[in-house]
Amino acid sequence: MIRIVLPYHLRILAHVGAEVQLEVEGPATRNALLDALEDRYPMLSGTIRDHNTGQRRPLLRFYACELDLSHEPPDTPLPEAVVSGAEPFFIIGAIAGG
Amino acid sequence: MSSVRVLVGTKKGAFILTSDGKRKKWDVSGPHFAGWEIYHLKGSPADPDRLYASQSSGWFGQIIQRSSDGGKTWETPGGEKMPEGFGPPAGVSNKFAYDTSPETGKPLTTHQWFDGTQHPWEFKRVWHLEPSLTDPDTAYAGVEDAGLFRTTDGGRSWHEVAGLRGHGTGAQWSPGAGGLCLHTILFDPTNADRLYVAISAAGVFRTDDGGTTWKPINRGLKSPYLPEPTPEIGFCVHRLALHPSRPNVVFMQLHQGGGVFRSDNAGDQWVEVNGNLPTDFGFPIDVHAHEAETIYAVPMDPMVRVPPEGKLRVYRSRAGGNDWEPLAKGLPQEDCFVNVLRDAMSVDSLDKCGVYFGTTGGQVYCSADSGDTWAPIVRDLPSVMSVEVQTLL
Repeated sequence: MIRIVLPYHLRILAHVGAEVQLEVEGPATRNALLDALEDRYPMLSGTIRDHNTGQRRPLLRFYACELDLSHEPPDTPLPEAVVSGAEPFFIIGAIAGG
Repeated sequence: MSSVRVLVGTKKGAFILTSDGKRKKWDVSGPHFAGWEIYHLKGSPADPDRLYASQSSGWFGQIIQRSSDGGKTWETPGGEKMPEGFGPPAGVSNKFAYDTSPETGKPLTTHQWFDGTQHPWEFKRVWHLEPSLTDPDTAYAGVEDAGLFRTTDGGRSWHEVAGLRGHGTGAQWSPGAGGLCLHTILFDPTNADRLYVAISAAGVFRTDDGGTTWKPINRGLKSPYLPEPTPEIGFCVHRLALHPSRPNVVFMQLHQGGGVFRSDNAGDQWVEVNGNLPTDFGFPIDVHAHEAETIYAVPMDPMVRVPPEGKLRVYRSRAGGNDWEPLAKGLPQEDCFVNVLRDAMSVDSLDKCGVYFGTTGGQVYCSADSGDTWAPIVRDLPSVMSVEVQTLL
């Protein structure tokens, strides 16, 4: 079971708490994880990855195990500690704006 | 007894203000979608309890929200989990993909940028939602970068009305300071095939065949900031309004150097009607619900976009322009430096027409007597981006 920590505004949108837990079928990559997240919570489609380009939205970051994984290729396997559920996968909104 | 419901979009969420026909005591509901920018929300004329809202964020992009109970509860259409093999795909209500297929017109992927080069057409947000006059599940969305989209399934999916961008001038459209946005959509209630749209900074466009073909209708407009004296496009139109009883008469607030215009032939020719207005700059324009020649504008200092002399005044013309009177009773007449944005004015259709507007300072003002006197409904909302009024019978 993989744990994902969502930013505040996406929790409100998906009607969930800070952390959601998901099973990922097949290799546990970032794209597979986000696909599973959007399958479970379709209202999040397009909010993390742009609908038209599939790219990470510029003001979002992906952190796990004290690493910034934002620039890792999306099909890179997730860290073992994330896959095992020992560490969460963080989706972080940039601190900006008023 | 009649009542009114005022739908307010702000930079930090949506608010719903309700009152009876006297419009003296108000209930305030909100914030809905707290923390998100709500560019616009509007009710369906065919089913007043069906509301659509444009929720957006620089972080998370575009969301479309829908209510079926007048704003008490909301849902993201298509955001619910659909059983496998049943119904349309989930989660597409916020997908606005430009149509570049050859079947629907010329594939158009770039528009003019500030430096004169071509720039990719990129979806950013929905500025304006215009529900159909007759079908609660049909609505149009005006988006940035400028395009017109339509849903016929209650917002579950959106498809571009591609003939607008593809009609020929699209590659020459360039953004205004607020972006290349399609912000105004007007229906002709007597002709279901006719729509008007306005784009900053391209101008006004009209279709007479339900959206298949379009043409620019900007003849007579003035823009001293354009090199050509009478270009076909390039005008920073701020807002259009019409009265449903006379849909060929269209009023416009244009950028500075232009001002308030009217057309008596469905936009084929425009005539400037600034008359004695204190400035030619403003964003909204609206028409009285029962008097087709009574119109309202909110002039602003064109350089700093705040009320001239710090006095917030709505101007009313009972002659369809040229002859204007300031309306100031109940509005701040000193040290007021707020703006009123293009979608932030609306009227109700009660016997004594109510006029409403919201400010970037978070006030929403109501006049229950056609503009003669004003009172704030709320004073301290986040910056107001849109105001729409529903008259409920």
